[in-house]
Amino acid sequence: MMAEFPRIRIVGLSGLLIQFGNEMSEPANRAAIAFRAAVEAQDWPEVRETSTSLVSTFVSVDLAANAPQELIEKLQALIGTTDWFSAPLPAGRTLWEIPTLYGTEAAPQLEEAAEAAGVSAETAIQELSSARVRVLTIGFAPGQPYTGELPPHWNIPRQQALTKSVPAGALVVAIRQLIIFTNASPTGWRHVGQTAFRTFRPDHTTPFPLSPGDELQFPSVTAAEYEGIVQGDTSGNGGAQRQVLA
Amino acid sequence: MSGVLEVLSCGPAVTVQDMGRTGYLAQGLTQGGAADRLALYEGAALLGQPANLAALEMVGMGGSFRASADMRIALTGAPMTATLDDAPLVWNASHLLTAGATLKIGGARSGTYGYLHVGGGIDTPVMMGARGAHLSAGLGAALVAGDTLPTGKDKGSETGLTLPVENRFDGGRIRITASMQTDQFDTGTQERFAQTAFRRDPRGNRMGVRMDHDGAPFVAADQLTILSDVIVTGDIQIAGDGAPFVLMCESQTTGGYPRIATVLPSDLGRVAQAPAGAILSFEFVALEDARTIEQRTASSRASLAATVVPLLRDPASIRDLLSYQLISGVISATTNHLTIEE
Repeated sequence: MMAEFPRIRIVGLSGLLIQFGNEMSEPANRAAIAFRAAVEAQDWPEVRETSTSLVSTFVSVDLAANAPQELIEKLQALIGTTDWFSAPLPAGRTLWEIPTLYGTEAAPQLEEAAEAAGVSAETAIQELSSARVRVLTIGFAPGQPYTGELPPHWNIPRQQALTKSVPAGALVVAIRQLIIFTNASPTGWRHVGQTAFRTFRPDHTTPFPLSPGDELQFPSVTAAEYEGIVQGDTSGNGGAQRQVLA
Repeated sequence: MSGVLEVLSCGPAVTVQDMGRTGYLAQGLTQGGAADRLALYEGAALLGQPANLAALEMVGMGGSFRASADMRIALTGAPMTATLDDAPLVWNASHLLTAGATLKIGGARSGTYGYLHVGGGIDTPVMMGARGAHLSAGLGAALVAGDTLPTGKDKGSETGLTLPVENRFDGGRIRITASMQTDQFDTGTQERFAQTAFRRDPRGNRMGVRMDHDGAPFVAADQLTILSDVIVTGDIQIAGDGAPFVLMCESQTTGGYPRIATVLPSDLGRVAQAPAGAILSFEFVALEDARTIEQRTASSRASLAATVVPLLRDPASIRDLLSYQLISGVISATTNHLTIEE
């Protein structure tokens, strides 16, 4: 299966996509992040910007003004320079510990999610609050992290019927991943925890605190502790501790 | 001439817009900016100024405005009823808004997005590289009565100019090209998509526009297993119920629903402007043809200034324009709710 990848796809007139797989995997995610950094380092004049999704790198180019073939050849040459699936994680990553209020009225789907994962609510809190997950990609909404992967029993599907709205800072779970929502939003993911962490801070010097490769933990706090964090926090960090990873 | 434009009253979805912001795709922020880019170029041509200056984008209806000093203005995009101290103003033209006079912009006569440009541009603070509001991201806000908008220094002086405008305000034929997931729809489905007459659903906004059709839903081969991947503006996403959504300038950056094709940038304004109920159809063009079309569009944009001519103040034609006023006042004051979920 891996032999098909990486493969290059033309994205309308907007650019080229380099896909490292057709399902989420840790090596393909790392490959996408590393390949994006390599494209950025090339500083090709026709490249407007780049981004990553779970297992792909997008290279934004005006394909009306630039014939795709030449860039495809350059990308193929760059792909051939190394085994991207064994590329290291980016340097200068951060570990964030983000206080999280599990369950209660603030996050009413904890029990439902635990049941779907086949564990008790207490076990779910214990597992989710001790899991160390990695930012796989930032997307959908500004600064919004998709993190993973949780143990296999957390491969729970999204709900068929959407939750009408979860608030900003909601910690939601599905398909072995956790997301912190940037803005209030309808969702098929289950709302298991609530954080006061702001993933998009337009007025700050660092509007996007998280980057792909960063690691996250969601330690459990009580309702009273959470309330104290909400009252005391003006930074948007929501009481999070951060530490630079070597 | 430069001064302050005061908002006396306005519709629910009037925002400052420009070409939007690039460079934040990796952080989950799409470009945003004016829904009908061509309107920005037309306004710039009418006022003889750069197209990257900010203007007001008015969805479905405008508002009442007053200037603190004499100010040049231009009106472009979806034609709306407009008066200056109750005297009618011609759309697709530049005018002098005298200090203290009241500019009233009413409902759209056709189309959805109208634009009010000022000489020197709207000079509100730059947010992350642009002035345009990006409401789905939480950047900026819709204007409300009482807002005052600073304007930049106007380097021009001419008014009373107009330019010929392509009618892009009633739907029609939309050219599309293949995208990365097109081949996950079988040939029959692609052909049926191209033969279907769609109606623009009332649910539509700067994030996306839903298309209705009679007949079977459109389904991709591996509809449920497609992995979330990058979205580009113009992508036509097939939602869970088989209805297409054209994703617009303020869409999300990634999505797990399959994309059947992507709209050529040249025709995206036509999608944005189509009022609720307008008929649209999609025509596949090969990548090379799409490139040629876009190159032609770029060169005609670059020569828009040469098409500007003096406005003939023919009272008969002005009366004629005003007669449309009652037909359309109700055109979808389109803040119609549409949300796209993760």
